[in-house]
Amino acid sequence: MTAPDPRSGATARPGRYGIRPAPDGPPPPPRRRGFDWRAALAPGLMSSASIIVVFGALYWLITSAEQWPRIKAQFFNIDHMIAAAPRVAQGFLTNLQVWLIALACIGVWALVLAVVRSLRGPVFAPFRLMVVVYIDVFRGLPALLLVILFGFGIPALNIPGLPNSGLFWGGVAMVLSYSAYVAEIYRSGIDAVHEGQRAAARSLGLNEWQTLIYAILPQALRNVLPALMNIVVALQKDVALLSVIGVRDAVREAQIYTATTFNYSSLIVAALLFLLATVPMARLADWVNRRDRARRLQIAE
Amino acid sequence: MAEIAIRGLTKYFGTRLVLDRIDVDVSAHEVVCLIGASGSGKSTLLRCINRLIEPDHGTISLGGVPIDSAQFGRTGLQQRVGIVFQSYNLFPHLTVLDNLTLAPRKVQGMARTQANERARETLSLFGMDHFAASYPEQLSGGQQQRVAIARAMMNAPDVLLLDEVTAALDPELVGEVLRIIHDLKSRGLTMVIVTHEMGFARDVADRVCFLSEGRIIEEDIPERLFTSPQAPATQAFLARLIASGRL
Ligand SMILES: Nc1ncnc2c1ncn2[C@@H]1O[C@H](COP(=O)(O)OP(=O)(O)OP(=O)(O)O)[C@@H](O)[C@H]1O
Ligand SMILES: [Mg+2]
Repeated sequence: MTAPDPRSGATARPGRYGIRPAPDGPPPPPRRRGFDWRAALAPGLMSSASIIVVFGALYWLITSAEQWPRIKAQFFNIDHMIAAAPRVAQGFLTNLQVWLIALACIGVWALVLAVVRSLRGPVFAPFRLMVVVYIDVFRGLPALLLVILFGFGIPALNIPGLPNSGLFWGGVAMVLSYSAYVAEIYRSGIDAVHEGQRAAARSLGLNEWQTLIYAILPQALRNVLPALMNIVVALQKDVALLSVIGVRDAVREAQIYTATTFNYSSLIVAALLFLLATVPMARLADWVNRRDRARRLQIAE
Repeated sequence: MAEIAIRGLTKYFGTRLVLDRIDVDVSAHEVVCLIGASGSGKSTLLRCINRLIEPDHGTISLGGVPIDSAQFGRTGLQQRVGIVFQSYNLFPHLTVLDNLTLAPRKVQGMARTQANERARETLSLFGMDHFAASYPEQLSGGQQQRVAIARAMMNAPDVLLLDEVTAALDPELVGEVLRIIHDLKSRGLTMVIVTHEMGFARDVADRVCFLSEGRIIEEDIPERLFTSPQAPATQAFLARLIASGRL
C-alpha cells in the first residue's frame, strides 16, 4: 500500500482549494429529441381503452336489464325528443337571457353591497348595518321561496307603475338572493388585499373612493375570480327555478310536453341543453382556478 | 425654521401608549434617522407625519403650517411628503409605469402622455427605465424598492419618509437601494429614515434619534450617538446590536 501522492490528490479535486482553473466551457445543452409518438400516445391509448371497456360493460349491463326497453321508451325516445326539441330549445333561450341579465345585475348590485360594507368611518355605520342585515336575510332564505314570493306575490298586488310579469319579479328574486352570496365573495376578496396597498394609495394622495376603485377592487376581483366562476355556473342552472312561477323556460316547456304525451324524453332534451352549457363553463372555471393557483404559487416562492 | 416640527405627539392604540409626547425638529435638507427596538413606535411616528395615522395629542407642522390645516387641502400634504414602505407596496395589478402615473393622473389630473413622460424620466433617475412595462412581481426586491422610491418621487416632494426600506431585501440587494438614498440626500431632499442598518444610519444621517417605548430617549449626531451614547437605554440597545454582530 502506498500513500496517495498529495499532488495527484490535488488534481483529482481541481480547484477545491485555492484558485479554480478556468473551465473548458459548459456541457452541451440537452439534445432535442424528435417527437416520440409512442411516448405521447401510449397513455392516451391506455386510458381510452379502459374507458371503452368500463363504459361498454355499463352499457351492456343497463341495456340488457329487463326493464330497459320501458325506460328507453319513457326517457330516451328519439321521436319524442325530436318533437319536443324546438320548444325546449326556445325555452332554453329564455334561460340564457335571464341568466345573462341576472349575471350583470348581480355583478353590479353585489359589488355595491360589498363596497358599502367595506367603507370605513362611523358615518357609514347605518349603511354597513343595512348591508349586514340584507346579507343575513337573503342568504338565509331558500331561493325557491323568494322566487315564489316575488314571482306570484308582487304581481298579485297589481301596484300601478310596477311591472306585472312573473318573469321580471322572479328574476329580481334571483338577483337579490344571489347578490347576498356574491357580495360576501367580493368582500372576502377585498379583505384579502394587503393593508399596505391602502396605505400606499392613500399616501400618494388618492382619496378613499379612488383607492377603492384603482388600487383595491382590481386586486380583489382578481382574488375572487375562481369563486365567481362557480357562481356563474350555479346561476345558469338555478334560472330553472323560475319555471315554478310559470316562466316558460326549458324545464317548463319540457314539462308541458310531458303533460300532454306522458313521455319524459323532453326533460332529457332539457337536461342535455343544460349540460351543454354548464360543462364547458365548469371546465373554464377549473382552468381559471388552476391558472390562479399557479399564479399564487409563483408569487409565494 | 424647521421644515418638520413635531410637538407633544402622543398616540394610543386602544389603551396602549405607542408614542409618548414626542418632540422633534427636522430642518430642510436634513436627514434624520430613527432607530430603536421593534415596537418602539418608529413606524407609527413616521406615519403620523403624512397623516396615515392621526395622533391623539400634539401637533406636526410642515414649513410652519399644521399638517391638518385646511391650507393643505385634500392632497396637498401628500404632494409634499412621500413615503416608502418596507414591503414596497407596489400595486401588483399595474405595470411599473402605471404605478408611477396613477397618482399624478388621478389626483392631479395630469394627462396620460405627460404623466408617462415624467414617469420615464423619474424611472431613469433610478436606473429602472428598462422595466417600465414590467409588473412588480417580475422584479427583484431591490428593483421593486427602487420603483417604490421612484413612485414616491413622482410628486417631487420636499420630504421623503423611509420605513425600513431595506429590511425585506436580500443582503446583496441592500446596497443598490442605499446608494439611491445617498443620492437623494445629495440632491437636498429632507428625509426621515427608520432603519435597522446602523452602518447606513451612521453614514447618511445628520442626526440620529433613539426611540424606546414611544419616547425619544436620545438624539445626537451619529458620531457621538454611536460611539458615546449618554442614556443607559441607548447604551443597552447598542450593546445588544454589537453582541448580535449588527454593529
Ligand atoms: N394599527 C395598529 N393597531 C394596534 N396596534 C398597533 C398598530 N400599529 C402598531 N401597533 C402597535 O404599536 C406599537 C408600535 O408599532 P410600530 O409599528 O410603530 O413599531 P416599530 O418601531 O415600527 O417596530 P418595527 O421595528 O417592528 O417596525 C407596537 O407595539 C405595535 O404592536
Ligand atoms: Mg416599523
